[in-house]
Amino acid sequence: MSDHIWQFFCSVKLAVYTLVALTVTSIIGTVILQNGSDQEYLRLYGQTWTNLIKVFNINDMYHAWWFLGLIVLLCINIVVCSIERLTVTWKIIFPKAVRFKLARFTKQKQTASFLLEKSSDTVLPKYETFLSKHVGKVVREETQAGVALFAEKGRWTRIGVYIIHFSILLLLVGALIGTLFGFKANLRLDEGATSDTAFLAKKRTAIKLGFEIRCNDFEVQFYDTGAPKEFKSNLTIIENGKETFTKDIRVNHPLRYKGINIFQSFYGTAQPDAVLLEIVRRSDKETTQHEIRVGQQLSLPGEQGTFKLEGFLPNYDFQGNNLGEAFILTVTPKKGSVFQIGLPTRFPTFDKMRKGDLAFVIKKFEQKHYTGLQITKDPGVLYVYAGFIFLILGCWVTFFMSHQSVCIQIESDTQATSKVFVFGITNRNKQSQKLKIKKMATKLKDL
Amino acid sequence: MNSSFALSSATFIYALASVFYIGSFSFKKQILAKIGLIVLIIGFMDNTAGIILRWIESYQIGYGHAPFANMYESLVFFSWTVALLYIFVELKYKKDAIGVFATPLIFLAIAYASFDPSMGSKISPLVPALKSNWLIAHVITCFLGYAGFALAFGFAIMYFFKPEDPNSTSIFTRLPSLDLIDELTYQMVVFGFLFLTIGIITGAVWANSAWGKYWTWDPKETWSLVTWFVYAIFMHLRMMRGWGGKQLAWVSIIGFLCVLFTYFGVNFLLSGLHSYS
Ligand code: HEM
Repeated sequence: MSDHIWQFFCSVKLAVYTLVALTVTSIIGTVILQNGSDQEYLRLYGQTWTNLIKVFNINDMYHAWWFLGLIVLLCINIVVCSIERLTVTWKIIFPKAVRFKLARFTKQKQTASFLLEKSSDTVLPKYETFLSKHVGKVVREETQAGVALFAEKGRWTRIGVYIIHFSILLLLVGALIGTLFGFKANLRLDEGATSDTAFLAKKRTAIKLGFEIRCNDFEVQFYDTGAPKEFKSNLTIIENGKETFTKDIRVNHPLRYKGINIFQSFYGTAQPDAVLLEIVRRSDKETTQHEIRVGQQLSLPGEQGTFKLEGFLPNYDFQGNNLGEAFILTVTPKKGSVFQIGLPTRFPTFDKMRKGDLAFVIKKFEQKHYTGLQITKDPGVLYVYAGFIFLILGCWVTFFMSHQSVCIQIESDTQATSKVFVFGITNRNKQSQKLKIKKMATKLKDL
Repeated sequence: MNSSFALSSATFIYALASVFYIGSFSFKKQILAKIGLIVLIIGFMDNTAGIILRWIESYQIGYGHAPFANMYESLVFFSWTVALLYIFVELKYKKDAIGVFATPLIFLAIAYASFDPSMGSKISPLVPALKSNWLIAHVITCFLGYAGFALAFGFAIMYFFKPEDPNSTSIFTRLPSLDLIDELTYQMVVFGFLFLTIGIITGAVWANSAWGKYWTWDPKETWSLVTWFVYAIFMHLRMMRGWGGKQLAWVSIIGFLCVLFTYFGVNFLLSGLHSYS
């Protein structure tokens, strides 16, 4: 019974089926919306399909139990298959002593032969040095027909596929460690603000970083087309109340500290909290300037009452038109009733259109930005990168190197002439060995 | 000479090379294929000059980036890599008959770039996320991979044309032997697989240095993984299950369809559903 299970897991057929299943199911997640809201699913797919999608977790299918199950199956398959085969091939790859069988060579298609006007004794030493120089250690054997020289190289390259399969395990282990012990969070920091807490990208729960980040400054540059060219934040890391260091981060140039990576991810304009206003009195054209903060109340020039900066709206609606960002003021005149006015930043003198004795003009305000940081931690990355390196190495060894053996057989009929055969065996790319053997034969002939 | 002249002339030179190869094949004139190879090499040099000029021009405008930033530039580069690989294969295997199936691919890619009016051929600035040396490594390796798969596809198609009967009068008896087609297809898949692997890896390393995540199951990533799986299946079928011939040629064709979908389909069909994150 257990033997059956073992046999089941060590078949390459299972590997192919699992890979096909992974291929087909991976596609699903690219056509069906991932991590959408319930309403989106209902609108896109209707009730019945939405229920189905929910039951099989297709709304987050790359983390669904059945998809992870397929990956686990692949892992078990690789482990079992490698154990099964390596116990056999290890002895082939690292033998105690290398043996050659002439009969195996003579069966191959990679052969060449030529006639020589020399005896085998004269060429033998030359051929031996040639082989040991170009292939490897030479083994000499007397055969029925004459003498045979054997040499081989690259036996170890047979380990290549196992390196590939091992690297895939490493990748998956690294990914698992990352999911269990890592996180991906966002942090929005206004210029000048400090925080020690980020929010997980998916669940929006708070996560403590163990240190504080302060955004000193944010800058964005634009191309003449208006597209952003570069944005960067100047950050200070504060630990236990002490400033540890300050660094600029840009897109593609993150900051790494204590296993936590801080990336420049997005940005936006923060709400300004103060503005310099000019008040123009129509009656005598007199102007006065007032610096006012949000929530502050100041008196109007000439003791005419008070005005208060209520706040800042990103989309100010004026008679059905969206005028964009605007400051909102409440004016309380001594005589008459209280009223509210909006001062759109795009049109600083907008208030002059209002009929009234006092007009408010925006003179200056500080446009602050906020920086959007992506904060991640992934202790599995090291394993994943190691996996990457092994994967490339493994592919290189498997695809471009091979285990090659060469045999030169010399048959001497008389003292004066001999017939030379060159045979090759390789575990891959027979075509190119064929050419090599031909080349080798022409070189040997001229030695 | 500027880059757009170089690239549009390269399009015509590649067309000419295809004509020579097809002519040589149809009229059984070896000499035409020899001329075809020379024309192809000239087209390739013109293509190379176009890419380098475009790179320089981008610095002159002040954007300063490698010419791998949009669909137009990537198609031009795709033609370049397929041409490079094909020239190498022809010189190595000395079989010009295979050019019939390879040179039209080179021409089609660059012609699509040049003639489709929706293809923006203007040099445009790079968004900050693309400004990285990893971009260059990533694009070059991915496209070498695609080039390998494109040629594997071209060779796999030959399987369906080559008559099994050696005495057949079809002109396709001139194609290389089935064994050699098999070998060529496999070699191209191996080449493509190695470079796609490196391409996916450089992409992952880049994503990790730009966003802190090496893998996000973004549609483009997922489709490149799907492509990679298909070719991994190809290898296992060939090495362990003894597949070959038309059966395996089908797998290589499916693989190339995945490449095309990763390359075009994701941009044109799926981008509406997923925003890049
Ligand atoms: C994504 C996963 C996998 C990849 C990328 C992969 C890749 C490869 C590659 C490139 C080869 C070499 C083919 C050649 O010689 O040209 C190979 C061979 C092989 N693979 Fe996999 N493989 C994967 C999964 C598996 C699994 C799950 C099994 C489990 C049974 C498996 C079993 C084998 C075996 C037995 C060989 C032949 C080894 C030999 O020649 O002795 N592979 N694989």
